[in-house]
Amino acid sequence: MIQAIAFYLFATVVILSAAMTITARNPVHSVLWLILAFFNAAGLMVLAGAEFIAMLLVIVYVGAVAVLFLFVVMMLDIDFAELRAGFVRYAMFGLAIALVLLAEVVIGVGAWNAGGVDLASRVAPVDAGTALGSRPNIEAMGLLLYTRYLYIFEAAGFVLLVAMIGAIVLTHRQRGGVLKQNVSRQINRRQKDATRMVNQPVGQGVEL
Amino acid sequence: MIGLTHYLVVSAILFTMGVLGIFLNRKNLIIILMAIELILLSVNLNLVAFSAALNDLVGQIFAMFVLTVAAGEAAIGLAILVIYFRGRGTISVDDVNRMKG
Repeated sequence: MIQAIAFYLFATVVILSAAMTITARNPVHSVLWLILAFFNAAGLMVLAGAEFIAMLLVIVYVGAVAVLFLFVVMMLDIDFAELRAGFVRYAMFGLAIALVLLAEVVIGVGAWNAGGVDLASRVAPVDAGTALGSRPNIEAMGLLLYTRYLYIFEAAGFVLLVAMIGAIVLTHRQRGGVLKQNVSRQINRRQKDATRMVNQPVGQGVEL
Repeated sequence: MIGLTHYLVVSAILFTMGVLGIFLNRKNLIIILMAIELILLSVNLNLVAFSAALNDLVGQIFAMFVLTVAAGEAAIGLAILVIYFRGRGTISVDDVNRMKG
C-alpha cells in the first residue's frame, strides 16, 4: 500500500515537473523544475530497488549537469521573451507529433503485456550471492562492473575524458591585450641587463 | 500493486514530454538540451524498471553508461552553445544556418 502511494506521488511529481520544464517562461525555472524531476525519478528508481543508480542520478545530474545548466543560463545574456516567439505556432505541430509518439509507445507496452517476447535468459541475476544471502545493490553492481564489464567501464571513462577535453578546447580562448606577469623573466633578469655605469664628465648632459 | 507496466507508462509519458519540449521550444537551444536530458532520464527509468522486473542487473549497468554519455553530451552541448553565443550573440535555433545545411 505504502509503495503504491509513494509510486503515485513520485510519478505525478516527475510528470508535472517535466511539463513545467518544457513550458516555463524563465529558463532558470526550467532548470529548477528539471532538478525536481530528477529527484523524483531517483525516488522511482529507489522503489524499483536500484539504489545505486538513484544515488548516481542525484549526484551526477543534480550535482553536476543541472548546475552546469544553471551556470550557462545565468552566464548568457539573452532576451528570453524574444526566444519564445512562435511558441503557439509550434505547439499544435509538436502536440500532434507527441500524441503519435505516445500512442506508439503505449501500443508497444500493450503488445508486450499481451504476449511477451521470450527474451534471452538473464545474464546476471540480482541475487547473485546465495552463500551470503542477497547482496546489497551497490556491491552486486561493483562485482559485475569490475569483472565482466571492465572494458566497457574503461571506455566510459574515456568518453568522459574526451568530453572534458572537448569542452575545454571549445570554450578556451586566448585573449589579446592582457598584461601578465612573466615570473621566470623577472627572476632571470640580472643587474648588468638593466643598469649601466657611466663615468660622467662634469659640465655635460647625461646621455640617456 | 505496482508493476512493470506502471513504470513503462511513466517512462513513456516522460519520453513524450521530452520530444514535445524539443518542438515547443524550437528557438531556445538551452531548453532543447534540457528536453534531451528528460528523454535520457526516461530511458534510464525504463532500463531500471526492466532490470528489476527481469531480475537482471545488466539493465542497471547499462543505465550507468547512459548516464555517462548523457553527462558528456551535456558538457559538449553547453560548450558549443557558449561558443556559439559568443560568436553570434544569439542562441535561436532558427539562426543556425552558417553551414547552409
